[in-house]
Amino acid sequence: MANVERPLSPHLQIYKPQITMITSITHRITGVALSVGTLLLTWWLIAAAAGPESYETVNGFMESWFGRLVLFGFTWALFYHLCNGIRHLFLDAGKGFELPTMRKTGMAAIIMSVVLTLLTWIIAYSMGGAS
Amino acid sequence: MSMRTPLKNVRHLGSAKEGTTHWWHQKVTAVAMVPLFVIALAYVISLVGADYERVRYILSLPFTSLILLLLIGAVFYHMKLGLQVVVEDYIHAESTKVVLLMLNSFFCAIVGLAAALAVLKLAFGG
Repeated sequence: MANVERPLSPHLQIYKPQITMITSITHRITGVALSVGTLLLTWWLIAAAAGPESYETVNGFMESWFGRLVLFGFTWALFYHLCNGIRHLFLDAGKGFELPTMRKTGMAAIIMSVVLTLLTWIIAYSMGGAS
Repeated sequence: MSMRTPLKNVRHLGSAKEGTTHWWHQKVTAVAMVPLFVIALAYVISLVGADYERVRYILSLPFTSLILLLLIGAVFYHMKLGLQVVVEDYIHAESTKVVLLMLNSFFCAIVGLAAALAVLKLAFGG
């Protein structure tokens, strides 16, 4: 039955992008990205446990421009998944399903994720992270 | 031939025989991670620019180990459940799906346990 070629629902690309669908797929994409990112955090923990030399290697990577870029992306993905995840918890409780509310909370999750990411990096750098 | 109606097959725990367990565990780990994440973030910010000795000392404190182990448990279980749904949604060939679901379980168990072992080593020295 699964092999029958069923007609697909209207193609994705003819839909006007809406906040609800953007927040939904972004939640999934950030979830997968964060899963890959756990390798980085695990690497950091293992290096810290292994000794000063391996710790310096990880630190060297984290302080390179590429490492910084990955960490910045990881921070944003984390905050987005957190903010939108909290939104999902309310949705799971049956709250906030009215369309205007959905759009408002969706926008709030996006804006909050950006604000919290910038705030975190500003605090980190002001604490001497640039050195 | 089964005399059961399709409805009978999905009643109670449903066709997957696990009811809402998957969904519920995803929610419990999500809620647990909120405060754990906030504490972990405070740790990370406090360790910015710190030298190895300092990092090693902070990571050896019992409270740090407790938070990290709880976080690792919640994160990797949540991750296993989440990636499982992604595979189930997009991979329709049965054999590929089963293999990917297994690899997902293995990946989450291995990386999660490796992280937990590192935390334990930092806690107990050696």
